[in-house]
Amino acid sequence: MTLKYAYYPGCSLNATGIEYNQSTKAVAKHLGVQLEEIDDWNCCGASAAHNTSHLLSIALPARTLALAEKQGLDVAVPCAACFNRMKAAQVEVRQSKEMKKTINEVIDMEYTARHEVKTLLDVLVNDVGLDKIKESVNRPLTGLKVASYYGCLLVRPPKIMCFDDVEDPMTMDRLVVALGGEPVEWSYKVECCGAGHSTAKPAVGIPMIRDILKNAKLNGANCILTACPLCFLNLDMRQKEAGQLDNNSYQLPVFYFTQFMGLAFGYSAKELCLNKHFVDPVKLLDEKDIFRHPDTRREKA
Amino acid sequence: MKRIGVFVCHCGSNIAAVVDVKKVAEEAKSMLGVVYSTDYQYMCSEPGQDVIIKAVKEHNLNRVVVAACSPRLHEPTFRKTLENAGLNPYYVEMANLREHCSWVHPNDKEGATLKSIDLVRKAVAKVNKTVALFPGEIPVEKRCLVIGGGIAGMQTAIDVADMGYEVIILEREATIGGKMAILDKTFPTMDCSACICTPKMVDAAQHPNIKLYTLSELESVGGYVGNFEVTIRKKARYVDMVKCTGCGICEAKCPKKVESEFDYGMGKRPCIYKPFPQAVPNKPMIDPENCRKLKENKCGVCAKVCPTDAVNFEDKDELVTERFGAIVMATGYELYDWKKDFGEYGYGKYPDVIDGLQFERLVNASGPTMGKIKRPSDGEIPQDIVIIKCVGSRSTEKGKTYCSKICCMYTAKHATQILEKNPNANVYIFYMDVRTPGKMYDEFYMRAKEGYGATYLRGQVSKIYQEGKKLIVKAEDTLVGKPVEVKADMVILATAAAAVKDSSEIAQTVGFSYDKDGFFTEAHPKLRPIETNTAGVFLAGTCQGPKDIPETVSQATAAAAKVGALFSKDKMATSPMISYVDEGLCSGCGLCIPVCPYKAIELITIKERVHGGEVERQVANVNAGLCQGCGPCTVACRSGAINLRGFTNQQILAEVDAACQ
Repeated sequence: MTLKYAYYPGCSLNATGIEYNQSTKAVAKHLGVQLEEIDDWNCCGASAAHNTSHLLSIALPARTLALAEKQGLDVAVPCAACFNRMKAAQVEVRQSKEMKKTINEVIDMEYTARHEVKTLLDVLVNDVGLDKIKESVNRPLTGLKVASYYGCLLVRPPKIMCFDDVEDPMTMDRLVVALGGEPVEWSYKVECCGAGHSTAKPAVGIPMIRDILKNAKLNGANCILTACPLCFLNLDMRQKEAGQLDNNSYQLPVFYFTQFMGLAFGYSAKELCLNKHFVDPVKLLDEKDIFRHPDTRREKA
Repeated sequence: MKRIGVFVCHCGSNIAAVVDVKKVAEEAKSMLGVVYSTDYQYMCSEPGQDVIIKAVKEHNLNRVVVAACSPRLHEPTFRKTLENAGLNPYYVEMANLREHCSWVHPNDKEGATLKSIDLVRKAVAKVNKTVALFPGEIPVEKRCLVIGGGIAGMQTAIDVADMGYEVIILEREATIGGKMAILDKTFPTMDCSACICTPKMVDAAQHPNIKLYTLSELESVGGYVGNFEVTIRKKARYVDMVKCTGCGICEAKCPKKVESEFDYGMGKRPCIYKPFPQAVPNKPMIDPENCRKLKENKCGVCAKVCPTDAVNFEDKDELVTERFGAIVMATGYELYDWKKDFGEYGYGKYPDVIDGLQFERLVNASGPTMGKIKRPSDGEIPQDIVIIKCVGSRSTEKGKTYCSKICCMYTAKHATQILEKNPNANVYIFYMDVRTPGKMYDEFYMRAKEGYGATYLRGQVSKIYQEGKKLIVKAEDTLVGKPVEVKADMVILATAAAAVKDSSEIAQTVGFSYDKDGFFTEAHPKLRPIETNTAGVFLAGTCQGPKDIPETVSQATAAAAKVGALFSKDKMATSPMISYVDEGLCSGCGLCIPVCPYKAIELITIKERVHGGEVERQVANVNAGLCQGCGPCTVACRSGAINLRGFTNQQILAEVDAACQ
């Protein structure tokens, strides 16, 4: 049976997170997951809408979800922030008949919230299953010590997201093990990366990024894995500034978990847009012989 | 001819502020059989009772209705009043104008008054059908079972034993002593816990009237007050208590060491062991979970070295059934298992984040570190120590909603202990509130703060994580309004005191109620705080809710006094308000048997003469000792053969008729 989902890439995946979009499509295709992009989707309103108007923050994602409902499919959302907003909209509509009525009036469409909204990580790890993922691995990620970074949005608020443990989520860690890597035990899994602060108030935002990088390195990680384009952006692009805070050069490559899967499945650096990163990940991957067939890797040869 | 008197109580303003009591009394006069009616401010007071007694005599009353509060509170009071007036005490009926009316309809005075009149009418109708009842008598078995051998259980046992009655202490651990034996010092006097606890343990063990059943669990409880029949499982100890001299060679020679439960994982113990050196009884047991001989039939060193041949690998559990007149619950508490809920504190992953009882072992002179406060991870002396209060207490999100009561004091004690041993240490205590009511308690807290210099910071800790050898403790100081970060060497969590895990099963086995948190419920929070709602079962100590040692000991002695009062009579009066079977109507179908929660009904065979011949048939029979008068049997009976005295079908129907008028 092929798995089929309505796909909501969100704005980031067409701009700063092209790597995420590209690798997602490659990996989904590889695993036989059909992603049907939602026709005429709109912005989920993540960064600004909920500060402006609660109704707007629910109505924006609800419109997209209503469109997805026409496709009759569960929705797969790669971006953690989009997932967060969509799940919030779904829960509010499910919980209150009044809210449902209001929303339907505002978006001028029927949204019943009968389909599930799932984060892409959930879809790939739990719906497709780690067994199938393991079968597809032909370049195990041996030697990669990974700090799985979930960020603050993927698991919070727990009553709405209903996805993994709120303080110590393990989904990505289990994925890393399935791909042949080694997840490290660290303390910043669900800390905030500073999100918008790193642009608007760098004095607040940059130290937050620094703390995450520092803790990952301290616990022996040689790379970071994310499921959120904003986290990725912050950790990858502002690593230099973060390092400058304590005269350090972290040089910790950051990956989307889909890129990681693609790597293990045998896709090339270019197919996974690894060349678009600020911190060059290829150096680490070369060091660990990831691109070579396991049998011809240095420690084997 | 029934001559009924109606007495309407104001209950101060509790009833009179809502209900027009004068009107109720006036209306009552027109009800069937009522010859006298009046109101009074406090019917339950002495002058109030005199009003009733006088009226009974003057108006020759033979039935009484008191329209006042809940019969739960004052029915026994008014029964005594009637007795004093020379009437059968069961000739009184109560109409509940307070809980059932004025308290629930405070904003509808008119409606409440009408409802009160209806309630009185029902009571009058019922009392019209009331017949005299006479209590029965049951013998009292003057032996007391104390479940739990902690400080509460020991104190109760010693006090009851001193009264001259036989007591058995049932303890599931291998030693008595409970949590108090684990503690190092006790607040606010800082006297050594063991120095006051271990002599008590010896007192209990050596008392001629006390028998100890350690390593034993409750299997089942039958019977009723004065006559409980209790089955106890004495678990296999694998050591012959008679032969063993407690020399300790076996413990020294046992090759396998595992984590010690008594030390809360802070130290190790062999597989044949005493929980701690001062254990009572001072004889070892074998831990069947870990013993290699019992699991794999290898080793057996202890048996080889034992000079008295006391080790017995063939030992089996043993069931004993004994009779008791009273049961005292003293099952204590345990710490709330924070590890499953507190991810922000690391789910128990960091070795240097410990709980209060673990700290007690660390700081205890007879503990695994000989009283040196060393952190578990590397044995170093911690310099910066953070204590977090209310971990799992006072929380609506996770853990328990209640205040655990003892933590404010024991964190102040821990701070004092740390700073006494290492005056240069830094102790930070994160708190929500500091609550230290009690004799010399606040002084103790102030001394920890101002005398010893513990730093109190108001605010809950949001996160703890490991960074190298340090634990980073992040919190907000809500008094300053700023985030704080402490680099600590060790963190002590003052976790909530919770009911023991199987407290609900224990309560069900013995047969009384417990609250949502698993603590045992007292019969009345103010007037009957020692009793349960099951006659003959009493409470002592933290099984009822968090308490400190002085409070626990006071309650334990109070429970002993209750047991003494029960045992002071040879026979006990029983409530006559129980079920009875009309054998003429009973068809012997047995439907009443499974619905009886007290197993009080059984089928018996009776002989009857029918048409000159004799036939045998089965009918239901109620055991007067077991029946609690709850009434499901009367509902289950298809032929209406079972009736409940005091609540007969006639009486209930009279009430219904009156209510429908």
